Amino acid sequence: MKKAPVRNIIHHSLVDGPGNRTSIFLQGCNIKCGYCHNPETQEIYTDSSTSCGVVKWMTADEVFHEVERDIPFIRGITLSGGECTLYPKFLEDLFTLGQKRGLSCLIDTNGTVDLSKYPELMEVSSGVMLDVKAWDQNKFKKLTEGNNKNVKKNLKFLSDTNKLEEVRIVCIPEEVDVEVILKGIKDTLGERIDQFTLRLIKFRNHGVIGRLKDTKSPSDQYMNNLKNMAVDMGFKVMQS
Amino acid sequence: MTNILEIVKSQKLTYEQKVFSLAHAAEDTLEVIDIPAKTKYYLEENAIDDLFEGSAPYRPRYILPDYDKFIKNGSEFLQLDPPEDLDELLNSLMILYRHVPSITSFPVYLGNLDKMIDPFLEGYEDKEIKKKLRLFLNYLDRTITDSFCHANLGPEDTRAGRLILEVEKELQNAVPNFTFKYDAEITSDEIAELALYTSLYCANPAICNHSLVKDTYSTDYGIASCYNILPIGGGAYTLARVVLPKAAKLAKDQDDFFENILPQCLNTMGDLMNKRIQFLVEESGFFESSFLVKEGLIDKNNFIGMFGIVGLADSANILLGEKGKRYGHDKEADDLADKIMHTISEFVTSFPAKYSPISNGHFLLHAQVGMDYDEDITAGVRIPVGDEPENMSDHLRHSARFHKLIPTGCSDIFAMESTARNNPSAMLDMVKGAFDLGVKYTSFYEENGDLIRITGYLVKRSEMEKYKRDEAVLQNTTHLGTGNYDNNNLKDRKVRGV
Repeated sequence: MKKAPVRNIIHHSLVDGPGNRTSIFLQGCNIKCGYCHNPETQEIYTDSSTSCGVVKWMTADEVFHEVERDIPFIRGITLSGGECTLYPKFLEDLFTLGQKRGLSCLIDTNGTVDLSKYPELMEVSSGVMLDVKAWDQNKFKKLTEGNNKNVKKNLKFLSDTNKLEEVRIVCIPEEVDVEVILKGIKDTLGERIDQFTLRLIKFRNHGVIGRLKDTKSPSDQYMNNLKNMAVDMGFKVMQS
Repeated sequence: MTNILEIVKSQKLTYEQKVFSLAHAAEDTLEVIDIPAKTKYYLEENAIDDLFEGSAPYRPRYILPDYDKFIKNGSEFLQLDPPEDLDELLNSLMILYRHVPSITSFPVYLGNLDKMIDPFLEGYEDKEIKKKLRLFLNYLDRTITDSFCHANLGPEDTRAGRLILEVEKELQNAVPNFTFKYDAEITSDEIAELALYTSLYCANPAICNHSLVKDTYSTDYGIASCYNILPIGGGAYTLARVVLPKAAKLAKDQDDFFENILPQCLNTMGDLMNKRIQFLVEESGFFESSFLVKEGLIDKNNFIGMFGIVGLADSANILLGEKGKRYGHDKEADDLADKIMHTISEFVTSFPAKYSPISNGHFLLHAQVGMDYDEDITAGVRIPVGDEPENMSDHLRHSARFHKLIPTGCSDIFAMESTARNNPSAMLDMVKGAFDLGVKYTSFYEENGDLIRITGYLVKRSEMEKYKRDEAVLQNTTHLGTGNYDNNNLKDRKVRGV
């Protein structure tokens, strides 16, 4: 069984998807967001023979042993990071175990890994919570140092395969082209934009050490305007 | 007499609190119950405790009138016809509540309010109903000045239930305590989530595992006072408690505890409870004179004696002595606690209780919550505050194990982070899992709220602050809560949620 570097397991998480869930955070990320709240999870660990600090290389069996303590109090598990889709085989193994026990198994991802390449993983995954950090590639690059081609591809692929659980946008005036994102999603998915939750997240600089560490949160009015716009477009909106 | 003069002159007691204290002092001048030397010894050591119930019982401790019957028939004694609309219903209830006695002199059970009210809602807008409910609930909060008072909701999803929850969230009242009876087969997720969501704003309602406790008695049950599960149309004659850590301290070792001290405590307390019941039933005249009996709202045959225990955790820890094993964390401590519980349960289910046909002639076990004067005594079978397991799953599993043998009420209290308000479905998932495993009753409050659940009852932090400044406060449970909050370090209760 393939191991993955596990940064943290939160046994009862109220903020990582529907219902009560056990959240598993994997180490390592393929992009570097200026607003990352847990930059300590970004560094990619390659040598599975060594454990470093709090990060433990674990098999899916070992992780699931931890999860089992939380059954029947949880509805499911959420794999997060870092970027958990860097470890597709580990996810597939873990989700296979989870599905057998009736748990919903969600992926929380930045969307930069092309998920259509992992049909076995998608088969055992109940859904994906996808970040759309920016629509314009230049904005995306400035924000994350990465490329958003796969994000857009995943958006359509996940919607087509009925696996799109939630879309998240962290809202920062100027930095993030929220209105363009909303329009882009609507152009891509059309009527299907009411089939997932759109979560508009107010940026907060707590824990941020990157470029945006001193940027202030947008106003409630700004957030409400975005919400109203999204609702008018037909999205199912949650704010947090 | 000094004590009585002190009551008279007190500036920390309201007039009403003085009257009750004086009545209690008068009762305690009587010696109508024969207390043998051995019983006296254990009472003095506080290994058994009559909870200051008074030395000449003249009313049952907890009364749960059959309110449905009252609504159907009205009351001849109170000169009330059956209510025909919502105003009449609420007014009639306000009148009846005033005449339901208890150990606190206030009604400890107000009925399954949603089901009582729901049939009277037709033709009213939500707004009108909420105004009437606001007035009704505020009347209760301001006149029932003791939070050992309970109203029930559920398990059905009713319009009245939803409106009561909405109004409760606004009002932030300490009285009454509310419990929602939850049954996955009957209760909708929507109202269960609304109930849990509401509890994160006003610490009400608590949640009871309806499917697990509904067959406790041959009659329907209600939740009264703190979280006591008792027969409707009856209640509890009396409640005494074995203070397990005090008993453990009297024992030389575990063998002495199991062979001598514990059996003596159980026997002396059982005997004391029977004598109290006997006086109440045979001599006090209560059941002959009360209109509640005459009009069939209560019946002697529906009363039980509640056999309380407190401090299971501390007793197990004490008996393990130097080993440093802890209840809630180590198998050895939990197994020992389990043995204590089984020993007590075997005693209670075989010792004959007087005048208790509804409980088959026996007392019923109750996880008593503690008193304001308790120190290092953990409520019922709970894990001590501040020593809760890191993972809430472990905590809930432990609760399920130790709730099992207690039919008349045991509970847990969880302080939650405010983020939980955004995800009541997560709270419901926890409740569902816990109830599946056998947890009987649980409650939540938000860590920073003004209303806080002390042991089972609610008190406002702001009122405790006033009382600490030696000011008179409306509810006498604030007096109890202040002592308990400090003595039991309730500020250290583990906060759950991420």
